[in-house]
Amino acid sequence: MIKADHLVKSFDGRTVLKDVSVEFETGKTNLIIGRSGSGKTVLLKSLVGLHEVDSGDIFYDDICYTSLGFTERKEIRRQIGMIFQGGALLDSSTVEENVRLPLDLFTDQSEREKAERVDFCLRRVNLPDAHKLYPAELSGGMVKRVAIARAIVMNPRYLFCDEPNSGLDPVTSVVIDNLIREITEEYGITTIINTHDMNSVMEIGEKIVFIYEGSKWWEGTKHDILHADNRELNDFVFASAMAKRAKGLL
Amino acid sequence: MKLINGFLAQVGQYTMLMGKVFSKPEKAVIYRRRIVFEMEALGLNSVGIATIISVFMGAVVTLQMSINLESPFIPQYLIGYATRETMILEFSSTVVALILAGKVGSNIASEIGTMRITEQIDALEIMGVNSAGYLILPKIVATVLFFPFLTILSIIIGTAGGYLVAMLTGIMIPDDYIQGILSDFKPYSITYSLIKMAVFAFVITSVSAYYGYYAKGNSLEVGRASTRAVVVSSIVILICNLILTQLLLI
Repeated sequence: MIKADHLVKSFDGRTVLKDVSVEFETGKTNLIIGRSGSGKTVLLKSLVGLHEVDSGDIFYDDICYTSLGFTERKEIRRQIGMIFQGGALLDSSTVEENVRLPLDLFTDQSEREKAERVDFCLRRVNLPDAHKLYPAELSGGMVKRVAIARAIVMNPRYLFCDEPNSGLDPVTSVVIDNLIREITEEYGITTIINTHDMNSVMEIGEKIVFIYEGSKWWEGTKHDILHADNRELNDFVFASAMAKRAKGLL
Repeated sequence: MKLINGFLAQVGQYTMLMGKVFSKPEKAVIYRRRIVFEMEALGLNSVGIATIISVFMGAVVTLQMSINLESPFIPQYLIGYATRETMILEFSSTVVALILAGKVGSNIASEIGTMRITEQIDALEIMGVNSAGYLILPKIVATVLFFPFLTILSIIIGTAGGYLVAMLTGIMIPDDYIQGILSDFKPYSITYSLIKMAVFAFVITSVSAYYGYYAKGNSLEVGRASTRAVVVSSIVILICNLILTQLLLI
């Protein structure tokens, strides 16, 4: 479980997160949705500690992350896997080196054990033969899959995904969504996905939090979202004229 | 006042970054591998440019000395002596360092800056890696160890360039040149030159890494960070040159 308690975050006097409190459940795919610039990426980066919040607390299974020092935070971070919007693979390293890096730095496994673990993770994301390729040689979908392999290589308890489908075609998006959902169920981890892709919401959204202008505006399940009477949420979910007509908003 | 505040803030930020860079590495063996890699990338790959500029500069210094010291009262061997002293005391450390600030400094700032804006540094932080130490420390160690070899190479190649021009143009007797470079040799001058280069190597790498590490925004900002890195490290090299000359020679 990951819990945000009254989070406030400002940049240069502009408040981006306004008193956000939310709980993300273990073993579920939790989605943060909202328009571009609504503060969802800031919320995600605040949760993992890439942004220091101005006030409020973040809890990882009852451990108050915000009150931890640099060294203790590192211990929590080693239980976190994160998939960035652009993949964030190290350009100068091969796929294999990218996935193996956390094992090299934080485990005492033998070379054979590390190679087996890397093989397993790359097979799990359907890239069994990509070991020697560099990020520049991969397609967008492959980059995301390598990023997933790197994120799960240390058996994380928490998985964060920042717009994992951005720049991908609808078919590849579904593949990535399903992969994240399967991994979440398989390992019983707490997954938080930041997205504005409605296909993802309907495909894998077990718990959905809608952020509007820096505040938590609505939360519920993918079934609730279709019947919600929240105007801002409906404007977001049923943005196109066709969707509005289907919902009866026009 | 604003300018002074800005300067002090940058010095503070740089000092804190260096604190992170020199904190205990996660795994020494990984850092050793990276040091060897950086020695090749930043050191060995600079041998070519150091050789080319040294041979031409040695030749030009010899020509200039021959032209300007043409007098029956000045023995010709002094031309070789002056060329050697110029190469050892200033050229092979300071001028080579300024050229390396352009080549290596911009390379480091743009590499780390690109990693920053493509979230590769964030990805390392999330894994629990001390990104500053992992990315910058191997570069500093590699250049501080390797650049003094470039100084020695530059001294040898530069004085050889002077001999070459003496032989090919007939502007002076090559044996006089040899006599000059062998006369009144003070080994301490070499020590002085190597100490200077080690300090300059630290300046080039740490200042450039600082500007790259704190780059923000897009590729334009990375370009600006790279330019700033070259300008600032060149100025700091010149200031350090003055201070070190005062401390070590006078």
